[in-house]
Amino acid sequence: MRHTISILLENESGALSRVAGLFSARGYNIESLTVAPTEDPSISRMTLVTRGSDDVIEQITKQLNKLIDVIQLIDLTEGKHIEREFLLMKVNVSTADQRDEIKRIVDIFRGRIVDVGDANYTIEMTGTADKLDAFIKGIEPAQIVEVVRSGVLGIARGSKSLRV
Amino acid sequence: MNEADEMMTGADILINALAAEGVEYVFGYPGGAVLHIYDAMFKQRKIQHILVRHEQGATHAADGYARATGKPGVVLVTSGPGATNAITGIATAYLDSTPLVVITGQVPIPLIGNDAFQEVDSVGISRPCVKHNFLVKDVNELANTIKKAFYIATTGRPGPVLIDIPKDITALSAPFEYPDTIEMRSYKPVLNGHLGQIRRAVDLILSAKRPMIYSGGGVILGNASQELTEFTRLLGYPITQTLMGLGAYPGTDQQFLGMLGMHGTYEANLAMHDCDVLIAIGARFDDRVTGELEKFCPYAKIVHVDIDPASISKTVKVDIPIVGAVDRVLGEMIQLIKESEQQPDSEALATWWKQINIWRANNCLHYEQKPSLIKPQFVLEKLYEITKGDAFITSDVGQHQMFVAQFYKFTQPRRWINSGGLGTMGFGLPAAIGVQLAYPDETVVCVTGEASIQMCIQELSTCKQFDLPIKIVTLNNGYMGMVRQWQEMFYDKRYSHTYLEALPDFMKLADSYGHIGMQISKPSDVEGALKEGLAIKDRLVFMDFIIDPDTNVFPMVAAGKAHNDMMLSPEREIA
Repeated sequence: MRHTISILLENESGALSRVAGLFSARGYNIESLTVAPTEDPSISRMTLVTRGSDDVIEQITKQLNKLIDVIQLIDLTEGKHIEREFLLMKVNVSTADQRDEIKRIVDIFRGRIVDVGDANYTIEMTGTADKLDAFIKGIEPAQIVEVVRSGVLGIARGSKSLRV
Repeated sequence: MNEADEMMTGADILINALAAEGVEYVFGYPGGAVLHIYDAMFKQRKIQHILVRHEQGATHAADGYARATGKPGVVLVTSGPGATNAITGIATAYLDSTPLVVITGQVPIPLIGNDAFQEVDSVGISRPCVKHNFLVKDVNELANTIKKAFYIATTGRPGPVLIDIPKDITALSAPFEYPDTIEMRSYKPVLNGHLGQIRRAVDLILSAKRPMIYSGGGVILGNASQELTEFTRLLGYPITQTLMGLGAYPGTDQQFLGMLGMHGTYEANLAMHDCDVLIAIGARFDDRVTGELEKFCPYAKIVHVDIDPASISKTVKVDIPIVGAVDRVLGEMIQLIKESEQQPDSEALATWWKQINIWRANNCLHYEQKPSLIKPQFVLEKLYEITKGDAFITSDVGQHQMFVAQFYKFTQPRRWINSGGLGTMGFGLPAAIGVQLAYPDETVVCVTGEASIQMCIQELSTCKQFDLPIKIVTLNNGYMGMVRQWQEMFYDKRYSHTYLEALPDFMKLADSYGHIGMQISKPSDVEGALKEGLAIKDRLVFMDFIIDPDTNVFPMVAAGKAHNDMMLSPEREIA
């Protein structure tokens, strides 16, 4: 099953490679991983999407907790939560029809065109990973020049929080 | 920082911090990146430096010291090859959870990343085999980092911690103030077990009809031998121990069934298979212990006490997990058992012991010592008798290691020093150096094989330099015995590259290093030679026992088999 794990870790050099190294050394999957400092610059927040049986996920959370740099973590999948991913896409638009079609589909998915070139558009979009997948599927593959995805960000709903 | 704090170079800060930690010995080898540190070492008398002959030896020696004393072992090596040579020893300590603080020199900060001379990413290379590691980039952080390293290495589930110190940091100055304590928001080991879980566990333990206690190295690391012994005797339950756990409970006691697992005893493995309540204490359900997981303890409810939550339900799902320090949890359990109205089911227990004693009567470790060739078991039995079970025994890896585990009945913790997890050949001799330094007046015996001993043979020179009267007992069968055993059993006797055709003359070798060499090839000479060798208190004695090349280790649970599917010694096979 797919799990989204949020981790607070010391913002120190090497902390990211400890997490990444743990996953490769123990043969766990990483579907996506994002990390950036929080409002407290000494702490980074990482969102990690992985897949595994309940036993594997239990080991993953235990092994993550065991890393000295990990302060706290939460498996967001255990409760109600919000997930968002950010996407940038560059597409070829050489004809007026193509421009109209892209504009229409971007509107449907509530994205925005943020840059316009001679023969290309750059699109930005936010949503769940599913929604971004659906959007990419809706674009003619031959038109796609680049796809840049941020990886998943997540936060628990309601008063539940992950903080030091 | 106080104004009174003295300004010191990084090198002096390191030495003073080590002294503040109570470090007696640093095991090391100098080189370019640690020259400032070695200069500071030269000018002080607080710490004794033990010069080894190879960095692997330094880590094993520090490891042996740590295992025998319970105090952290300290290693100092240079950058690049110094660090990479130390890796095997660091990984050895990591797999057996030994507290080590390993200091590696690094090229100066401006050169890091430039593929400088003797540069290697020590933090990166060691990351998978340390509990934690640090690269010090500011001399003002050095003292604090050392404090953290010792704290992390020695608390919770212990392990090696590496500190990589660039050369320029050791020359720069900072005020020296060594903190007494340290708080880390990201590292707080749980020591007290959950009381509700402990109560549930005690209820289950007292309701057992066929109980079994299975304890491991965690009891020794957690200094809980006394509690384990009291707990076991209070209940009157049978106990088995892992390779790493031997000595935590007296090996001579009737309740002790011997080691379990791949080369465990018949009675221990069958009792594991048939038990209805398994009490796992400071053990980690290693594959050499469990055999086939699907068939592991099929009738048992399992209680597992461990300080490391990640060890619980890692391979075997347990019914009552308890995270905590084993001494504290056992203390609570003992208290609850004493207060409980319910007591062990004596009738069921008597039946259980009757069954166990039938298994025991199989005498699975029996061997025949014929007049021609020395049996390795015979050497160990005699060594045990002569040393009265009181010696510190280090070993390498292979058949000889298993024979020690089977035949030397350890009655105290921290006397049996071997590489169980990583299985590092070459561990025994340098580990004995660390043990002998810690206990200069005790008998320290390195039981090894002619293959293993050659992996760190250069440390014979260290033994000479520091006058360490270690006794080396080599069970020389001319083969890498354990590999040969597997080839005999599972590869149709194709002995691929396990015969050592060009062995040195160990007597001459010992002699050339300034030690005493002996060679023993007749069974009738074994006892006399051991007595003679062990009686020499001021010299290293290398006793080369030429043994039966065909002896195998039995019983054996082959990889992927269940505890009740054991191969017994040909003489012991039950009809």
